[in-house]
Amino acid sequence: MQTPPVYSFHGGIHPPENKAQSLQLPLGKPSLPRELILPLGQHIGQASRPLVEVGAKVKKGEAIAMNNGFLSSFLHAPTSGTISAIESRPIAHPSGLSDMSIILTPDGADEWTELEPLANWKEIGKTDVLAFLSEKGIIGMGGAGFPTQVKLQGAHKHPLTHFIINAAECEPYITADDMLIREKTLELVLGIEILQHIVEAENVVIGIEDNKPTAINALQQLLRERQSSIQVAVVPTKYPSGGEKQLIKLLTDKEVPSGQYPADIGILCQNVGTCVAVYEAIQQGRPLISRYTTLTGDALKAPQNVEVLLGTPIDHLLEYADLQDKKLSRLVMGGPMMGFTLDSGNVPVVKTTNCVLAATKKELPAPYPEQACIRCGMCEQACPASLLPQQLLWFSKSQELEKAEHYNLFDCIECGACSYVCPSSIPLVQYYRHTKAEIRDTREAAVKSDIAKQRFEARKARHEAEAAEKEAKRLARQGAAKPAAKKPAKPAPEKADAAPAAPVADEAAKKAKVDLAIAKAKLKKLEKALLEAQEKEHTEEISALQTQVDEAKKDIAELDKLVASAPAAAPAKKAAAPALNDEAKKAKVDVALASTKLKKAEKQLAEDPDNQELKDKVAGFTADLKAAQETFDKLGGDVKAAPATAAKPALSDEAKKAKVDVALASTKLKKAQKQLAEDPDNAELKAKVEGFENDLKEAEARFAKLDSAPSAQAAPAAKPALSDEAKKAKVDVALASTKLKKVQKQLADEPDNDELKAKAADFEKSLKEAEARLAELDSAPAAATPAAKPAMSDEYKKAKVDVALASTKLKKLQKQLADDAQNSELQGKVVEFKKALKDAEARLAALEAPTAAPAVTEAPVQAAPAADEETLRKLKIDAAIAKAAVKKAEKALTKAIELGSDDKDSLEQQVTKAKAHAEEIEKALQNGGQVSAQAPADSANAAEDAAFKERLKKQKVAAALAKAQVNKLKRQLDADPTAESLQQELSAAEQKQQEEEAKLEQLTNTQENR
Amino acid sequence: MFTVLLAIGILVALALVFGAILGYANVRFHVEGDPIVDQIDAILPQTQCGQCGHPGCRPYAEAISNGEAINRCPPGGQATVQALADLLDVEAIPLDGGEEEPVQKVAVIREDECIGCTKCIQACPIDAILGAAKQMHTVISDECTGCDLCVEPCPVDCIDMVEVGVTSRTWSWEKPQGVGVQSAHIIATDRQTEAAQ
Repeated sequence: MQTPPVYSFHGGIHPPENKAQSLQLPLGKPSLPRELILPLGQHIGQASRPLVEVGAKVKKGEAIAMNNGFLSSFLHAPTSGTISAIESRPIAHPSGLSDMSIILTPDGADEWTELEPLANWKEIGKTDVLAFLSEKGIIGMGGAGFPTQVKLQGAHKHPLTHFIINAAECEPYITADDMLIREKTLELVLGIEILQHIVEAENVVIGIEDNKPTAINALQQLLRERQSSIQVAVVPTKYPSGGEKQLIKLLTDKEVPSGQYPADIGILCQNVGTCVAVYEAIQQGRPLISRYTTLTGDALKAPQNVEVLLGTPIDHLLEYADLQDKKLSRLVMGGPMMGFTLDSGNVPVVKTTNCVLAATKKELPAPYPEQACIRCGMCEQACPASLLPQQLLWFSKSQELEKAEHYNLFDCIECGACSYVCPSSIPLVQYYRHTKAEIRDTREAAVKSDIAKQRFEARKARHEAEAAEKEAKRLARQGAAKPAAKKPAKPAPEKADAAPAAPVADEAAKKAKVDLAIAKAKLKKLEKALLEAQEKEHTEEISALQTQVDEAKKDIAELDKLVASAPAAAPAKKAAAPALNDEAKKAKVDVALASTKLKKAEKQLAEDPDNQELKDKVAGFTADLKAAQETFDKLGGDVKAAPATAAKPALSDEAKKAKVDVALASTKLKKAQKQLAEDPDNAELKAKVEGFENDLKEAEARFAKLDSAPSAQAAPAAKPALSDEAKKAKVDVALASTKLKKVQKQLADEPDNDELKAKAADFEKSLKEAEARLAELDSAPAAATPAAKPAMSDEYKKAKVDVALASTKLKKLQKQLADDAQNSELQGKVVEFKKALKDAEARLAALEAPTAAPAVTEAPVQAAPAADEETLRKLKIDAAIAKAAVKKAEKALTKAIELGSDDKDSLEQQVTKAKAHAEEIEKALQNGGQVSAQAPADSANAAEDAAFKERLKKQKVAAALAKAQVNKLKRQLDADPTAESLQQELSAAEQKQQEEEAKLEQLTNTQENR
Repeated sequence: MFTVLLAIGILVALALVFGAILGYANVRFHVEGDPIVDQIDAILPQTQCGQCGHPGCRPYAEAISNGEAINRCPPGGQATVQALADLLDVEAIPLDGGEEEPVQKVAVIREDECIGCTKCIQACPIDAILGAAKQMHTVISDECTGCDLCVEPCPVDCIDMVEVGVTSRTWSWEKPQGVGVQSAHIIATDRQTEAAQ
């Protein structure tokens, strides 16, 4: 076996080794502690995901947490027992913070789960071996806790020239690796061989410091026996030769470039502990559940190395090593150079804990105060990374992050050599750590702000697009109307035609696209399910899923075609209808134009009747007009025939015309009758009256016929038609009764007129008929209350809007008034508006009353729940709004009080008023809630449940509101503890809150009982 | 006389030649300078909170480039003021409205109390609130910039601004106190032992 060459690295220090103390005793095995604390984040990267629940029984070696992403790892139960909790516990971290941990209470049996070694690791793929290592929770045990399988994967990027086993253990006091090599030499070598097989390295070198002669001997002897190609390189003792980059420099004379990894230059480094863990995982199936840790320091009577279960509290270990409490001044996890102080001993051992140092005051005295840098340059001499610590200190102190980065701050390995040699006791490493964190924070903030900016801009763009779309629509509407009115002959309307057609095509295309996206998403999901089924070998599912996938694929292909064809096909189809409309418009305009021209010409002709030219013109115009009229009629017919909906308005138009006729006829009749009364002998007049009467009758008949037509129309139109009919019937009744009255009057003046008598009888009959019809119709709308309701809620809405407007105006005025308190005009206005507001509120309240109790009205049962819900929702929103009003008023009040304004009283009144209003609404809300809960009591169970849930929700809202009120009052009270009124209010609010909560609890109980 | 004219002529010719070269270089090697507004915008924290009185960070960046004070950004804190002062080469003035350093917060909706009014959704400048009418809303906390804008519109007051706590993964070492002050957590203290021996 040849000895590999050993080179040197820049800098480094020689602190006292202090390694002998912990090597006096053999390897210790502490007893099981009362509980094991297993933090979920023992490695670099994402915290693991727990696989067990509280109360679960686990066996030794069972996985209790799995990896959560790429840079994550598994966690296993170090002994058998019960999971007693998964909670936040203090962890071994310089911050002293807590983190989520699984707490395991050992049962003492220490019973292993079935272990499955990976016997055929030489045959199977390397990726499978790496996955197996990941499942066994193997991470780098040197200190950083980098998941081993990730590091090994990274090693495949470049062909490896060197595989280095780090056994240097350069930090003072620590002897855990030394002890591990001595105790598990064979396991170590076998582990190295496994890793060598995985990474296929040319040279395998174990780097070990010359202060471990026993370990070196043991290794060399074994390697000689096995005639292994593994080399042992004994390096001189110098801190920090155990640093990855330093050891690489020592053994290969290569430097890892700044910002790169050793794998980038074909070198892989692994700690001895990791190698042993790999061997145990693969050959024995043992997950990483224990490790070697050095317990040392002068405060311990029995410093030694121990094989300790992960999760063992430090206290337990210190007790095992006979800690003398009085001597202990600082508890350090890790070595004296790179370790960190622990605040207490209740933190657990984790996968990276290589040493626990219980130091006395003499061993680790309090550091001297920092002094000014004297630019001695000793730190530069000591830096193993060849940095300029002094420059970095300046930049760190003055927060010049960019410059610090430029001076390669991130190449600092935080070894502490510079701090060690600094004659001014400057805690350089702490400066660097802080600055590194700052730079990382800044980068993260930059990323986050970039994302926020993107989101903000996307939102803005979306809003703008929406606004533009609206504007375009508006313009299109305008554009369609304008050109027709102005210059119909111009091709402008065509443009308007094209504009609406395009969006339609777009829409069709969009829809097809959306369908396509949905289909694709479906396909993906199906494929995933298929994959899962294949993995789990559910054969019956696989075939079904396969067919589904095929179907989905076919769908997508179809949709694809559709998307391709949609933009072409859509516009043609859609453009037809509006084009027709537009054409009709154009034709109409043409007609108008032609008739205008004709009129003009005729006028001119009238003035100058002999002008032949003019005559010709008139004739031409007449022909034009006729042609235009024809096209218009044709188009109009088309338009009318095309949309069925157009029929109704047309019909009603006719009805209107008939009605007008009726009115005209009756007026004429009346006039004639009047004349007849004045001049009863005029036969001509009589004839006229008769003629008019006939006319009127005819018109009425026509009207009646038309009237009946709409009622016979399509079913959906029935309801409005019904109400229309009712209106008409009412009108008829009124008309008939008026006529009757008039005739009766005439009859009173002229009691002998038989004709009049007959008329009166006639009219009486028609009145009765009309009334009967009205009565019949009246009963119908009762069945269709929903139509009535909106009317009410419309009014209600209007009232509410009035209130809101009034209050807004009032507020504005009050604001102005606050600015300009002397303005009497403004004060007058304020008073006025207050009155208006009150009026509006009163109106609203009046309207609210019927809305709040809709169940009492005659509304049929069917409509009730819907109406109920509607009102309730409205009430809920009202309550929220009232609440907000109270809030705002209170805010205004506090502001007024702060400013010492005179407005205080009025504002207070306002607040109380607003509160009263809010309470009222809340009450109404509760009532409504009860009603809604009662109303459907006899209906199906489901409805009941829904109502109950609604009620529960409402109660929750009420409770939350009460709570919010209490909180707010408390806050106010905090700000102004002397205000008695506030205290009273607070107690009242608290009481209310309790009530509400009690109610809520009651409701919840009821729900549970169901 | 001829010499003088010759000299003047040569100088004029040289001036013309160099002028032409310079002019060409100016066009040919024109560097599109990063407009100042973009640079300012890059420094601002992009919370879009409007606390500066502008509707978003970019409008404030534009306002700054037009001479507005650089200390109106509470979420950015003094660090942003300093960065802006460095960029614009003006004096760093204290933050408007106190020296308080910004605390990173996120909005959290108490979901039991949400009535689903969508008002907060409309208020959020970065679309970080999910929900629909009459459905419970929730904040995407990873996207939330803690701008506060959703708190005011909530009619039932169910949005809290919660400080983002420090976890063991976001924790960082604090800066040493400086010269003359004894620092805890100092490492590499074995030197004293050596000195004692």
